[in-house]
Amino acid sequence: MAQRGIREYDAKNILAKHIERFSNGTFKYRGRVALVTPERDIESVSTDKPWLKTSKLVVKPDQLFGKRGKHGLLLMNATYSEAKNWIEEKMNSIVEVGKVRGKLTHFLIEPFIEHDKEYYLAFTGHLEGDYIHFSTEGGVDIEANWDKVTTINIPVEANIEDVDLLPILDGVNSEEGSTFRDLITALFKLYCELQFGFLEFNPFTYNADEFFPLDTVARLDDTAHFISHDDWGDIEFPVPFGRELRQEEQYIKELDDKSGSSLKLTILNPRGRVWTMVAGGGASVIYADTVVDFGFGDELATYGEYSGNPSTGETYEYAKTLLNLMTREKVEGGKVFIIGGGIANFTDVAKTFDGIINALDDYAEKIKEHGIKIYIRRGGPNYEAGLEKIRDAGQRLDLDMEVHGPDMHMTKVVAIALKNLNGGERKDGQTRLCAV
Amino acid sequence: MVKPDYVLFDKDTTAIIFGNQEAAVQRMLDFDYLSGKESPSVAAVVNPSGGRKGFTKVFFGWHEILIPMYNNLETAVERHPESDVVINFASFRSAYEVSTEALNYPSIKTVVIIAEGLPERQTRELIALRKKLGKWIIGPATVGGFVPGAFKIGNAGGALSNLLMSKLYRSGSVGFVSKSGGMMNEMANMISLNSDGVYEGVAIGGDKYPGSTLLEHLLRYEANPDIKMMVVLGEVGGTDEYEIADAIKKGEIKKTVVAWVTGTCTKVFPSEVQFGHAGAMARGEAETADAKNAALKEAGAYVPSSYDDLDDLIREVYEDLRAKGIIIEEREEVEPQEIPAGYNPQTMRKATNIISTISDDRGEELLYAGVPISKVISEGYGIGDVISLLWFKKRLPVYVTEFLELALKITADHGPCVSAAHNAIVTTMAGKDLTAAVASGVLTIGPRFGGAIDDAARYFKKARERGLTPGQFVDEMKAKNVNIPGIGHRVKSVQNPDMRVKLLEEWAYANLPRHELLDFAVEVEKITTAKRNNLILNVDGCVGIVFVDILRSTGIYAEDEIDEIINMGTLNGIFVLGRTIGMIGHYLDQKRHHSRLYRHPWDDVLYMLPSEREALKYRKAE
Repeated sequence: MAQRGIREYDAKNILAKHIERFSNGTFKYRGRVALVTPERDIESVSTDKPWLKTSKLVVKPDQLFGKRGKHGLLLMNATYSEAKNWIEEKMNSIVEVGKVRGKLTHFLIEPFIEHDKEYYLAFTGHLEGDYIHFSTEGGVDIEANWDKVTTINIPVEANIEDVDLLPILDGVNSEEGSTFRDLITALFKLYCELQFGFLEFNPFTYNADEFFPLDTVARLDDTAHFISHDDWGDIEFPVPFGRELRQEEQYIKELDDKSGSSLKLTILNPRGRVWTMVAGGGASVIYADTVVDFGFGDELATYGEYSGNPSTGETYEYAKTLLNLMTREKVEGGKVFIIGGGIANFTDVAKTFDGIINALDDYAEKIKEHGIKIYIRRGGPNYEAGLEKIRDAGQRLDLDMEVHGPDMHMTKVVAIALKNLNGGERKDGQTRLCAV
Repeated sequence: MVKPDYVLFDKDTTAIIFGNQEAAVQRMLDFDYLSGKESPSVAAVVNPSGGRKGFTKVFFGWHEILIPMYNNLETAVERHPESDVVINFASFRSAYEVSTEALNYPSIKTVVIIAEGLPERQTRELIALRKKLGKWIIGPATVGGFVPGAFKIGNAGGALSNLLMSKLYRSGSVGFVSKSGGMMNEMANMISLNSDGVYEGVAIGGDKYPGSTLLEHLLRYEANPDIKMMVVLGEVGGTDEYEIADAIKKGEIKKTVVAWVTGTCTKVFPSEVQFGHAGAMARGEAETADAKNAALKEAGAYVPSSYDDLDDLIREVYEDLRAKGIIIEEREEVEPQEIPAGYNPQTMRKATNIISTISDDRGEELLYAGVPISKVISEGYGIGDVISLLWFKKRLPVYVTEFLELALKITADHGPCVSAAHNAIVTTMAGKDLTAAVASGVLTIGPRFGGAIDDAARYFKKARERGLTPGQFVDEMKAKNVNIPGIGHRVKSVQNPDMRVKLLEEWAYANLPRHELLDFAVEVEKITTAKRNNLILNVDGCVGIVFVDILRSTGIYAEDEIDEIINMGTLNGIFVLGRTIGMIGHYLDQKRHHSRLYRHPWDDVLYMLPSEREALKYRKAE
């Protein structure tokens, strides 16, 4: 897939496990972190982490969102029982962070570290190298203080050991400077070799040889799992905050995990009137775009794709899941179901359409009941046979269906469908291309 | 002819395919055929599993042809120095290693990486390497691209019907580049419906770090005088499209660009919906599709209000360029190489069951490895030359054919008492015909009789390759309690040398450019004969060992190919062939003096049976 965020808890465990190795023993980090979840409360966590009951603690949600202090979601310098009460009160509550609402389910607990200096360090990748961003004034206001952050580029083929880091350590005294140089070098090596895509400490502090990442944000390149799984240990890639998977999304995800093909589903608006089932990653975006461009974004029910030559069975399961969602709630004026796609490179259109036809067989009565009109456009290997079969199925099942091949522009079918849905009006006010 | 820098693929381009991708190779050849090319664009296939090699069968039009298949890229590159493209079908686990290797070969200019899911750091290292070497990567995570009428990468362009529909068999005026590989066929079709067609199309792949960028390909198209307008399909996420906008503003791109950035839907999505493509996630306002479309438009590109209008916009721009005389006239329409009505590759192409690469009797004249029999006769080819043609598919240097003849002469017979001759004689005496007599003799040839040729070659060669000294080799074989193949004789000894071996050795020293394995064997013989005087290098051993030196002397074969020649049993072939002469002689000899049925004398058999009681004691009386 790509770079994906991991929990601060996992990031700190990886740090604790490897920082000594990458700094040749110069730095250590004890990795005192605990994670409380709906399944594991603080009491059961504390059995192998006795420091929970003896140290002053910091508690915060660990669900891939930041600015926790500003949202009142940071508890500092607390006792065990204060932490316990705070978590119990917040667990499973719904909060709004930025524009996103979500449920709090994971809490990170660490010892409270007394400190007076807060530093900033981040590594980010770009095409030709990685940037190191450093500042002696880290903390919550880093964005406001971004002019105090200095940045250096490390080219992909460079060895960090040979890079002069002085330019970013300007204004740091020489003794501190050498500590920072060693620390940054070690953490940068860890960032590269353990296949991070992003790693940020804001802030961190240190004491002699001990490193304290007070707040850490990390993304790993999950495609490197085959290289780094042992180093990463048992980590998870949580869904972004507020994007807990619904049952149907979860089902498609499991189908996808088991398949060599690609099956994706995101439910946007289950009450929407515009439903799409589109083949191909590129085409699926374009179909959604076109719905949005025409001003029907608020009616778009799902985003998803099926691609990479899925089997008849997989396509059947995917289509069934969509039809099941589509036929739950009746809507005034009916719905449209756009079965779209470009001209495939190697997906067998007839084979995948067999799966769709099986699902239409199962749901034919409901489709009619809910006033769903079906619009189809597809090309690629065996498309003539596929279109023929689905046209026959439409007639046999008496469905309201239109079938088009590659001779028609790919998204024209969207225009036709929306025109029928909306009495011929494009919501974006443009009319030039609505005549079809 | 040196290709201009902006040309990655043209009509003469041939590629090496890494991965045993029969379907993709077939599709490339279908494209070649439709385009009227005279030879296939696939030079070789690398089957890295270590399994099948030699050739792979594919159809070029109606006829099956053979494409060389190797087990490693190095050999393929070495054998096909004219191929400058590697299409790498390796999985995400090994794509990095294979691509690095490919980029480092001087003859390779472009590497296409099909695999999806390469770690970003590996991709970035590959990009740094290709820039350092001044080469090209297309991909990862792509289906590739095509230059209609000239060259097509793997599965790009899809099935035959689509190649025809989108007119990919002939050249148009439009260069297009997209991120998405899945949209390639759609774009090609759209362009062919609204203009004179595609000149070149490339999908750079959906990863965050593509091996080459949209802009790099547009700059190639800009430099190519055959391309008159360009179409770009970008994608939400990343900032590549701003580079294009800048290049247009700076005048680096002067040709007309029609552009669309997909992903305008993200504005209605909740946070962080990850699309199928790794690169397609907007971080910040600047990376959104809307912002990038606006920037491109502002820079002077033609940008529709929606993808839905892209087809009409392409047509309008194309017509406008024609009206302005930039596209002066449409190219002469080229028809695809004719395909009979009802053409269906699945049913109409009949795969052959048997391959022959050594001789062909269909034409006016019989061919031995391509050489007409009349030439074989008129130019006085010897029997060694004929063996060379039929066994090695080439006329090898004179010292090789001379050796083959020498070996045949020396192994032709070894008297009536050895296994093969004895069997042939006994069979003849039983009244059987020539074929049966010779066959019964041939069947004795194997590990104990005659077969030491193969083993001697194998053991001595391996010992040398492992850097063993003659002493170490002898000690090791002793420790394993294995007799050294090719050493030892029942009758001959140091004092009573085998003249045949002496002749072979003398010949080798006089004629061979290289004889290091024979030198080694002679050293081994010094040690073994010091132990016992009949442990001499025997004739089987000498033939096998000298043959390895001969193959090396030609400079034609790599070590692994020499191993394969030995493993196939070629050397035993010399013995079988040579000895057949002798066996036919023994058959004729027996026939001539009407010899009678042979019966072995009693006194030459030691009879030693168990007692009746002993034999029956394990079965209880009923």
